[in-house]
Amino acid sequence: MDLSLLNSFHLDVLKEIGNIGAGNAATALAKLLNKKVEMKVPQIRIMGFSEVNEVLGGAETPVVGILLAVLGDISGYILFVLEQSAANTLVNILMSKKPDEEMEYNEITLSALKEIGNILTSSYLSALSALTGLTIKPDVPALAIDMAGAILSVPAIEFGKTTDTVLYIETEFIEGKDRVIGDFFLVPDTESYIRLLDTLGAMC
Amino acid sequence: MADNIIKVGMADLNYTRHPGILVTLGLGSCVGIALYDKKIKMIGLAHIMLPWSHQAKNNANKAKFADTGIMLLLQKMGEYGASVSNIVAKLAGGAQMFSFSGSSDMIRIGQRNVEATKAVLQQFRIPVISEDTGGSYGRTIEFYSEDGRLMIKTIGYGIKYI
Repeated sequence: MDLSLLNSFHLDVLKEIGNIGAGNAATALAKLLNKKVEMKVPQIRIMGFSEVNEVLGGAETPVVGILLAVLGDISGYILFVLEQSAANTLVNILMSKKPDEEMEYNEITLSALKEIGNILTSSYLSALSALTGLTIKPDVPALAIDMAGAILSVPAIEFGKTTDTVLYIETEFIEGKDRVIGDFFLVPDTESYIRLLDTLGAMC
Repeated sequence: MADNIIKVGMADLNYTRHPGILVTLGLGSCVGIALYDKKIKMIGLAHIMLPWSHQAKNNANKAKFADTGIMLLLQKMGEYGASVSNIVAKLAGGAQMFSFSGSSDMIRIGQRNVEATKAVLQQFRIPVISEDTGGSYGRTIEFYSEDGRLMIKTIGYGIKYI
């Protein structure tokens, strides 16, 4: 099935998948931060590759990206993108420092960030698992601090082998009124989103 | 953005003559293939994602692959008066953004993109006169038709011209 054949009902189901996964992750993040974390309504982005670079406020925006391969009954990637200031705050809280203290990127802070990625993606995926009854697990996290475009292109390249479009289930996390903390991208491969829709009875 | 600047997206290509500038933002493992015909001051830029078209299940978009991308770009530049024998190439990108401990071939995709690009350019006897490839960081590039210089911008690794 081609991505263009997804109808609005399929998209709503995929949004709900994002909602449930990211909802669980937002709760985990709120616990880590000891702050209220809101999330926006998930967006299903089906894009041609030329648009991928423009997500996240521009291709050159520096961000922290934590990428995990998704294993088990579905495959694909989950990418958690943190604004640099939010990454800074999170690491400080985890390391019992003042939240606004300047963070240095070193082995310890990088591994703390990976661990945060691990915790949040695990809660995202375990909610998906519980919803669908499928076995869905994250692989070991990898981290990059760089241009948003370069980071987002990594899962896109995997899609490039089979299609000319990529599907991102994006959920934005907000703290307070409007401060964006980060974005979750679930990027299932073609077979996997069909399986997800199928398991939820949405493929008839 | 000035009107002589043309953006080239992922899996996309374009070409222009003096005083045009071709720009591609946030190159990761993708490779920016910059071709310059100095005689007529024409530049072409392909932003490829994958090495070989025959290895992919869907190869409809020629600009996605090193082999078909270079061929298409040369053909288009040729139609507008460029000549392969005057063209030189500069390369940027091919990084490995994430280091995985797994064994997925995704790990080496940047390197494989660069290798394929060089192999295809060699078939056309187009010399690669400079490159900034590999590493683990993203690059934004600007390619100037005026003199064929290629600007490379990074986060944390500065700006340079090749």
